[in-house]
Amino acid sequence: MRQTSLRLRAGIVSLTILLIFGLAWHIGVSGTGPAQQMDPEYAKLMGQTAVQGKSAMPGPLDVLAKIWSHLKEPFYDRGPNDKGIGIQLAYSIGRVLLGYGLAMLVALPLGFLIGMSPLMARALDPFIQIMKPVSPLAWMPLALYTIKDSSISSIFVIFICSLWPMLINTAFGVSSVRKEWLNVARTLEVGPFRRAFTVILPAAAPTIVTGMRISIGIAWLVIVAAEMLVGGTGIGYFVWNEWNNLSITNVITSILVIGLVGMILDQALARVARAVSFPE
Amino acid sequence: MSAKFISIEGITRRFHAPDGGTTTVFEDIWFAIARGEFVCMIGHSGCGKTTVLNILSGLDLPDDGAAIVDGKAIEGPSLDRAVIFQSHALLPWRTVLGNVAYAISSRWPRWSRSQVEEQARRFIEKVGLKGAEAKKPAQLSGGMKQRVGIARALSIEPKILLMDEPFSALDALTRGTLQDEVRRICLETGQTVFMITHDVDEAIYLADKIVLMTNGPEAMVAEIVENPLPKERDRNQIHRHPAFYAIRNHLIDFLVSRSKTFKSEIPADYDRRKPPVIVPQNQPQPLPPSHEAGRKVA
Ligand SMILES: Nc1ncnc2c1ncn2[C@@H]1O[C@H](COP(=O)(O)OP(=O)(O)OP(=O)(O)O)[C@@H](O)[C@H]1O
Ligand SMILES: [Mg+2]
Repeated sequence: MRQTSLRLRAGIVSLTILLIFGLAWHIGVSGTGPAQQMDPEYAKLMGQTAVQGKSAMPGPLDVLAKIWSHLKEPFYDRGPNDKGIGIQLAYSIGRVLLGYGLAMLVALPLGFLIGMSPLMARALDPFIQIMKPVSPLAWMPLALYTIKDSSISSIFVIFICSLWPMLINTAFGVSSVRKEWLNVARTLEVGPFRRAFTVILPAAAPTIVTGMRISIGIAWLVIVAAEMLVGGTGIGYFVWNEWNNLSITNVITSILVIGLVGMILDQALARVARAVSFPE
Repeated sequence: MSAKFISIEGITRRFHAPDGGTTTVFEDIWFAIARGEFVCMIGHSGCGKTTVLNILSGLDLPDDGAAIVDGKAIEGPSLDRAVIFQSHALLPWRTVLGNVAYAISSRWPRWSRSQVEEQARRFIEKVGLKGAEAKKPAQLSGGMKQRVGIARALSIEPKILLMDEPFSALDALTRGTLQDEVRRICLETGQTVFMITHDVDEAIYLADKIVLMTNGPEAMVAEIVENPLPKERDRNQIHRHPAFYAIRNHLIDFLVSRSKTFKSEIPADYDRRKPPVIVPQNQPQPLPPSHEAGRKVA
């Protein structure tokens, strides 16, 4: 009862903030400044902004209209520089999932190994410590040079940036499984394989999933930058392209869409986290 | 042969401190447990009781000597020896049924799911937890968790049951009930049991023999006390038995003073390999029950 009423009140406050923000935005961009006198040829190049003193900043209604037009036709494809926002998003999500999936395939077994073996933990520690703070984008030139494919290079960059949080959390989770649970398995003569899956994995799962959640967040941040850098396709490229087209409406629309997808990815992992968590 | 089902033969355990020094927890300890016997070990905190139990379970190995079960030296953990941990050590992501079933399916990997479940339910019922099968450990009280631990240990039908202060974290009422249950089940099946306790009354109620450890470091077995009470005991009547205060005072006396001084005044005929066996007999003047009632030595 209290819970629902709090939720309701919070919802009302959120809505109010949104309305006030939208209104302020609308008023802020709807005023017209003094029109300038200029050469008609030049005025043509500069567009309405300069000629009529209309603000270049789109209002909330422009953005809503734009979103609506994207929603009506998200997957159109009219050549390399004119694809629907849905297609661009699909490219980005696809790259993220691929790079992230590959990182999982490497990080989980490797993290298990590091977590189980103090020797490997010490031996690999310097590499991890040095590689972890490197911005994943710094790998891009190396990737482009060796792989020679921009799309695979961005997948590689996603792989690299997703790797560290998953690896470190898996190793930490595995190494800090409570001794008494391991002792239970030992007294029951549980073999190493069964022990890994029935004791260590469930015990470490909350920590591992936390790492996976950090990774997906970073991956989604990085893919936009990576695609801006290499171009071609993807939501990052779309933003950059629309900036070059001076379509601020599209840029704002993309920002909202990027945020929305990021939230969905994060929530998906939050759900996984809830599924594997256990109260003690 | 059956007098030495479990034989502890000269075990020594040392721990190496990081600064290079070594502490000898206990040295050259000898005692034996017969099949079907219920043996308790009493001693002050830190004297190495848990270490002895860990060696018996196979989780730890002695630096010297050997623990021998059924003629074979213990080299590692075995399903023949079930452990009830002091901290119950339930797997929190599994239900009550899941925890017990995990042990059963480890014991009999070829059993079908329904066989495993049936056995698990049988033992959950035995410890009085019927109806709580689907609960997670976090939803259980301390006493209920300990019961799951007991059900898990008994469900694999071990040859030996090892218990490390299984009831010490419980309130007096729950402790009493669980003692009764464990005693009943162990008597029914003729279970061989080794149990560590801090509670003198618990030892008198449950044990056939009580091993007394002196204080650590370099602890030793001072003597082995044979319980003069009949095997058939009623917890509400045992204090009326003529030998009750004899054994009780003997144990408390040991814990209060002799556990400290024993090493400095070792009797001339003391033999580490055969610690003296004492059977306390009724004393002329038992202490009134109020004097020591409920006294526990930590
Ligand atoms: N892994 C270890 N490393 C170093 N020292 C240890 C280790 N385990 C136990 N000890 C030492 O061995 C001694 C005996 O420990 P143990 O746990 O067997 O005592 P205990 O008799 O069970 O005590 P309590 O009644 O408090 O449970 C203690 O002094 C302890 O510090
Ligand atoms: Mg102990």
